[in-house]
Amino acid sequence: MIPADLRFHKEHEWVRLDGKRATVGISDFAQDALGDIVFLDLPKVGVSVKVGQQIGEVESTKTTSTIYTPVSGTVSQINTDLKDHPEVVNSDPYGKGWIAIIDLADPAEVDQLMTAVQYEAFLASQKH
Amino acid sequence: MQQTPLIAQHRAAGAKLVDFAGWEMPIQYSGVVDEYHTVRSKAGLFDVSHMGRLVVTGSGAESFLQRMTTNDLAALRPMQAQYSMVCNEQGGIKDDIFVYRLARAGEFLVCVNASNREKIVSWLTDHSRVVPDCQVSDRSPEIAQIALQGQAARAIVAAVGLPQLEQLKLRESTMVRVSNVECLVARTGYTGEFGYEFYVYGPAGPVWDKLLDTGKSFGLKPAGLGARDLLRLEMGYLLYGNDIDERTTPIEAGAEWAVRFEKGDFIGKPALLTQKQVGVSRRFVGFELLEKAVPRHGFTILSSSSPQSPIGEVTSGNLSPLLQKGIGLGYVSPKYADPGMDFFIDIRGKAVPAKVVKAAFYKRPAK
Repeated sequence: MIPADLRFHKEHEWVRLDGKRATVGISDFAQDALGDIVFLDLPKVGVSVKVGQQIGEVESTKTTSTIYTPVSGTVSQINTDLKDHPEVVNSDPYGKGWIAIIDLADPAEVDQLMTAVQYEAFLASQKH
Repeated sequence: MQQTPLIAQHRAAGAKLVDFAGWEMPIQYSGVVDEYHTVRSKAGLFDVSHMGRLVVTGSGAESFLQRMTTNDLAALRPMQAQYSMVCNEQGGIKDDIFVYRLARAGEFLVCVNASNREKIVSWLTDHSRVVPDCQVSDRSPEIAQIALQGQAARAIVAAVGLPQLEQLKLRESTMVRVSNVECLVARTGYTGEFGYEFYVYGPAGPVWDKLLDTGKSFGLKPAGLGARDLLRLEMGYLLYGNDIDERTTPIEAGAEWAVRFEKGDFIGKPALLTQKQVGVSRRFVGFELLEKAVPRHGFTILSSSSPQSPIGEVTSGNLSPLLQKGIGLGYVSPKYADPGMDFFIDIRGKAVPAKVVKAAFYKRPAK
């Protein structure tokens, strides 16, 4: 089940909103498609980012994938636990596997993202 | 997509199936890293039936294969195997293979890569036409291939009721029956671990089930192609299509040990001899990254001098679960190829420092 409080970007990142702070991660679909995640290249705290911009990379045993930010703002925290335990992104993508917290530049941007229901439909439409 | 006789077993085990060289194959079951550790510490069971299996027979078979491959078949006793290569006239590698001299005189089993099967079948068949008494037959559909790899393999085969396999030395093979199915079992593999490969001359399902059921109490799990690739990378084993192809030669690829110039004529010999005399323009190396990052096939290798200039290309790479470092294989100009030398890997625009190390990256602990 996809948590109902999340919003999703088409590149399979999610956002959880807490006032003007957005926690960002990658979706369960994304972690499953990547397979065992072995290393993450995370953004630096303090950098300002624009929606859709590359903020990091996920390396799995199979491939490399870009992390795009679903919102604009300033990176205020990153999940340093992932340095030693990247596999948490596989086991708990919507919880302990969060990637970064971004202080939003424009909270209205979040309205542009898919709801959980829309994302589920989006995933279904990607299957053939 | 083609399927191996074990497709039902893979589905039942919940494998993630992918298209590999036109075959629907398990890339993973429990997870690549978990399967990797299982093979390194206990044992894993791999379906490698997608590979090609040819039988070459006749009184002309031995001299024919001597001409078609680079290693020396004269060194093989009956039921012994060797790694070898099939080259074109330019010395380019058409395939890297395993050749088994079977028990009956004039019979050889040749195991080829899945992606090269059709090419090698036609190459050998075409060349065999002018050879008296030499038949090449593609037996891939009727022989399955299962690899049991890992230190627990010895105890597992004993528990299956095959204690005679414990005596087999590396690259030796013998005929046994498992679940009443005839199998050629060899002490070979592609993981760097102690292990066996079963060539199954009959229904493969009962053989797979028997090994897996018996092996469970020893920690045996099915393992997929993802783990297999990590395991072979840590050993520095070549992967056709990634590390070698028809544009690379065994000399460049560091596989000169599998080329026996003294054995007589073989296809590619003049070109390879010339290259050996003149010298190669690139050499195959293993390297590890000095910062945490993951090198991948196709990345450019840069000199450490300034300005940094391209000196080679990565052909395989991943994060080693054992070393927790990015490791890779690739070709560089010979002057950068000695162990300890520094260069950089261009990882999407970032130059990450690396140094040449001896592949294998992993050495099996002595018992």
